[in-house]
Amino acid sequence: MEDSDSVAVARVKAGDGDAYRVLVDRHSRSVFRLAYRMTGNEQDSEDVVQETFLRAYKQLHRYEARASFATWLYRIAANYSLDLVRRRKRHGEVALGESAETNEDAPEILRTLPSPDPGPERLVFSSKVQECVSSTLSELSQQERTAFVLRHFEGQSIEEISGALGLSGNAAKHSIFRAVQKLRRALEPLVTS
Amino acid sequence: MNHPNEEQLVLYYYGEAETAGVEDHLGECESCRGAYHTLQRVLNSVDSFPVPERPADYEAQVWRAVERGLPRRRSAMRFFTWKPLIAAAAMAALVIGAFFAGQSWKKPGSRLAADSQVRERVLLVAVGDHLERSQMVLVELANAGISKNGSLDISYEQHAAEELVESNRLFRETAASAGDAATASLLEDLERVLMEIANSPSAVSAKQLDDLRRETESRGILFKVKVFGEQVEQREREAAPQNASRL
Repeated sequence: MEDSDSVAVARVKAGDGDAYRVLVDRHSRSVFRLAYRMTGNEQDSEDVVQETFLRAYKQLHRYEARASFATWLYRIAANYSLDLVRRRKRHGEVALGESAETNEDAPEILRTLPSPDPGPERLVFSSKVQECVSSTLSELSQQERTAFVLRHFEGQSIEEISGALGLSGNAAKHSIFRAVQKLRRALEPLVTS
Repeated sequence: MNHPNEEQLVLYYYGEAETAGVEDHLGECESCRGAYHTLQRVLNSVDSFPVPERPADYEAQVWRAVERGLPRRRSAMRFFTWKPLIAAAAMAALVIGAFFAGQSWKKPGSRLAADSQVRERVLLVAVGDHLERSQMVLVELANAGISKNGSLDISYEQHAAEELVESNRLFRETAASAGDAATASLLEDLERVLMEIANSPSAVSAKQLDDLRRETESRGILFKVKVFGEQVEQREREAAPQNASRL
């Protein structure tokens, strides 16, 4: 995958604009997932996907082939998601996933999810956990949320996260610790009951 | 080893290298094993965070949206090589007076509307490319991050800005001589910002980068260039079918 990403990047740099489609096809879903986990809002996530690929195209000369293209792309997506959420907060807007209790759309999303277990008790439990995860993630600071999402969902190392967010390794680590502590406080009573 | 603290257990969960000895300890210590299992259950439950499914043709949808925003294909090769626009700017300057002087190509009876279709396209393409490239330089600097060593290499943007200053000067002078003060003023602001970028050190500190951004923001130049660029692009689109129908 990485090799073929590098080949596609090299073709784009050589002027083959169509080669960029290969990269869009390959990574658009994962960028959407990252964006949704960061913003909790479907429309914002679509904006992030488009803007990420546009920014990546314009900054492609900065990309060095020895690094992973996906990691580089997710860094752009994470930073743009951060900007977007900050702007929303400045303007007093509330993103879809920011409070599962007060937002009518959030339960709708939860209801549409397939459940691995059709039993009603399990469904209720699963829905409670999802709601709790969603609301706790929305209460994290943006730095905590970004660092946690990149570590937990994207599997990025502390070093990669500190590079993406312009933080020291320790600051990145402590953002993740704080996020885990908050999630633990909220979820432990549920998952151990 | 001593009982690992919560942070060490988190790092162990994520497979970070600095947790040597934790696994052995968990094999021996029941209370730590219990704490770790609780942490595992909490973090595993986070995976249930729902992400809405995308439609089967999602990739094609994204590509259509992204493709519209990419630099025009005819300039794709030049986008990465930054060939100077000076020649195009000089050629465009021959007719730019008419462009800035008043959209006279839209008047059916005017001489320009009758005989300058080709020159008009040359002009629109040159102005459009100039603004698009200027915008790219400004956007890249606005979004760039400082590296770990505390600086940012802007030599690429510098080189681009040097070339853009030259073509901008031609467009600005022509706009001024055609009496289009608003456009000349916009290009003057743009030129100042481009010159600042061209004259900056090739590796800027965080403070120098902030100064550059403040200069750009205080003039609102990125927004103005974007709006003006879109107007030019619109005119180019309007001009294209007319020309095509005459072929």
